[in-house]
Amino acid sequence: MQDISRRHFLGTAAAFAVTAGLTACGGGNAGGTGSADAGKSGKDYKIEMVTDTGGVSDQSFNQSSWEGLQQLEKDNGWTVQYIESKQESDYATNLDKAVDDGSNLVWGIGFAMADAVAHSAKTNPEVQFAVIDNAFEDAPKNLIGVTFRAQEPSFLMGYIAARTTKTNKVGFVGGISGVVIDQFDYGYQAGVAYANKEQGTNVEVQGQYADSFSDSAKGKAIASKMYSSGCDVVFHAAGGVGAGVIEAAKEANKFAIGVDRDQAYLAPDNVISSALKRVDKAIVEVSTKIQAGDIEGGTNIDLGFSEDCVGIPEEHKLIDDEVYKAAIELGDKIKAGDIKPPFNKETYDEYIKTL
Amino acid sequence: MKTIVKLLRKPIAASILAIVVGFIIAAIVLAAAGYAPGPSFAAMFNGMIGRPKYISNVIIKATPIILTGTAVAFAFKTGLFNIGAEGQYILGTICAVIVGVTFNLPPLLQIPLVILAGTLGGALGGAAVGWLKARFGINEVITSIMFNWISLYLCNFVVNTQTFHQPESTSTFPVNPSSYTMILPQWKLSEEGLNALSGTPWLYEVLVKTDVNIGILIAVAAAILIAVLLKRTKIGYEMRAVGLNREAAQFAGINVNRNIVTCMLISGALCGLAGALSVTGLEPHNISTLAAFENNGFNGLSVAFIAGSSPIGCIFAGLLFSGLIYGGQSVQQVMGAPSDIINIMIGTIVFLMALSQIVPMIADRLERKSKGAENA
Repeated sequence: MQDISRRHFLGTAAAFAVTAGLTACGGGNAGGTGSADAGKSGKDYKIEMVTDTGGVSDQSFNQSSWEGLQQLEKDNGWTVQYIESKQESDYATNLDKAVDDGSNLVWGIGFAMADAVAHSAKTNPEVQFAVIDNAFEDAPKNLIGVTFRAQEPSFLMGYIAARTTKTNKVGFVGGISGVVIDQFDYGYQAGVAYANKEQGTNVEVQGQYADSFSDSAKGKAIASKMYSSGCDVVFHAAGGVGAGVIEAAKEANKFAIGVDRDQAYLAPDNVISSALKRVDKAIVEVSTKIQAGDIEGGTNIDLGFSEDCVGIPEEHKLIDDEVYKAAIELGDKIKAGDIKPPFNKETYDEYIKTL
Repeated sequence: MKTIVKLLRKPIAASILAIVVGFIIAAIVLAAAGYAPGPSFAAMFNGMIGRPKYISNVIIKATPIILTGTAVAFAFKTGLFNIGAEGQYILGTICAVIVGVTFNLPPLLQIPLVILAGTLGGALGGAAVGWLKARFGINEVITSIMFNWISLYLCNFVVNTQTFHQPESTSTFPVNPSSYTMILPQWKLSEEGLNALSGTPWLYEVLVKTDVNIGILIAVAAAILIAVLLKRTKIGYEMRAVGLNREAAQFAGINVNRNIVTCMLISGALCGLAGALSVTGLEPHNISTLAAFENNGFNGLSVAFIAGSSPIGCIFAGLLFSGLIYGGQSVQQVMGAPSDIINIMIGTIVFLMALSQIVPMIADRLERKSKGAENA
């Protein structure tokens, strides 16, 4: 009896433990390229990034960041490395390891890491730190916050959605409400309002939050409901939740709009465009400036159309040429400062009055 | 030959063999992937024990998995397979956060209260599984897997409630500082503390750079307590009897159903305790929306397994496991090797433990062979 149950236990436990161990790190396969010998080429500037719990192959900003660093390695011969966080309690210890490794600059990817990076910056004044997606209030001298004006491409997405819809109803699925996602939400709504004004249409926006950045099943449920209630274009700004949104678009044979990266590859016949946040470009640009000493520490950097760090993809086979051209022109107007897309409720209310 | 056979018969031999072979296979995988095994292992051990603060981090990260490992080992000794350790751990963190945020008492009251709340949360989760098995005969593996998901979504629910959600984040408010179980949390960051510590660099590193906390002492004490309970008490004897043969135990007059509930309750309590200690002892002292399991419980399965289900063994297996995970990140950092290779190594060790039955068989065969050789 003991023998049987023991073997049974061992077998089951092995299976589960191995599966658990393997699924825990499904995201590491892009790793092999961070070669350790690149720094020997004379320019010994070392940059390390610490991912958030999404891992380095998250199809989102962690991956884009790493691509940015790899670009720097190729162009400047700097040493670049990454460390993946598996749990939130890994942030502090991973940042610590990045510092120990003699990095000149350490990137923390994602606003979830902001507190941990700020703490690390305080205790390691000799190392430069930077964070993606977080602006700091009175940061120490060696800390830089990088944010994106995501309302700018979102404005164009709203415009495109409003001019593409046949049902006069478009949707928005947000992740977790907050400063970052508000930019997408209100930028998008403002774009729809702008198109309504210009075209004399009356497109309405349905918005809903998933309260998650990862629950793709919930994203699918929300989007399916939107499609069946008459929306035919849904924009998501919800990280992993968006995979469900795009899945729902595929099944309902309606349109979806992606975020961060060009997500058309997920459903080439359904994803009409994407609100791009070019994190890779931001990493390259900001890192270069920090290395050259062109940025004062303790500041925040805000990136948008003018810096070429947000945008929309060129591919637009599902959008009318005329609409696409109009959107590009709108982008130029934003760049020139003629249109200032709103980024939260107050600025949105003000913007609507000016229309 | 006889000494080899004797050594192979020892229960610990299987563990050590599995670990050694695991390393060898990892070396082969590393070499095949184009990373020199020597420097990779050097990087790993350097990242594990290279500096005082690394050792401290290994110990800190071992704390929860020693506890969940002990919980799984204990349940197994009593004939139950507690795969719900993960969920019970999460329940522990949830209850600890709810109580730790709501109350703000002096540390002497607050710390025991928060830890007790987490322990109770885990205990209830475990007891529910035990009760379902005792009352309705539902297999504990099925229910506890379900409970894992219930706990995960309960965690996400609590994070998003108005009362606990911290604005502009994916997490709850941290528990009140009076619940912290780090060693000298305030003093070590004060001017005075930093000055006093700067004289002894290793102590400065350990205290200031890591969240060194009292959790490990509690974890070790719990493992020893469980070992004593199993080996030296009447209750423990009954539990083991139920684990060995349920029917025989029943026939001998042992209340099997009550034992099942008690065992799952204790196992769950250990996991809940692990969760509570993580909340009180580690930054960021809160819980956040979980996309997937953080594996504190599932790693406990591996730990119990490497330890051959011995509670005391779990202490060492937990330290080893934590060292592999934490040191493994250095392999990625220094060599650029994907962390998957470390997971392959850990997986291999666990897998080989599953084959530990083979070791005594090899011993038997060796004995027979040598005897055959003597006879011939």
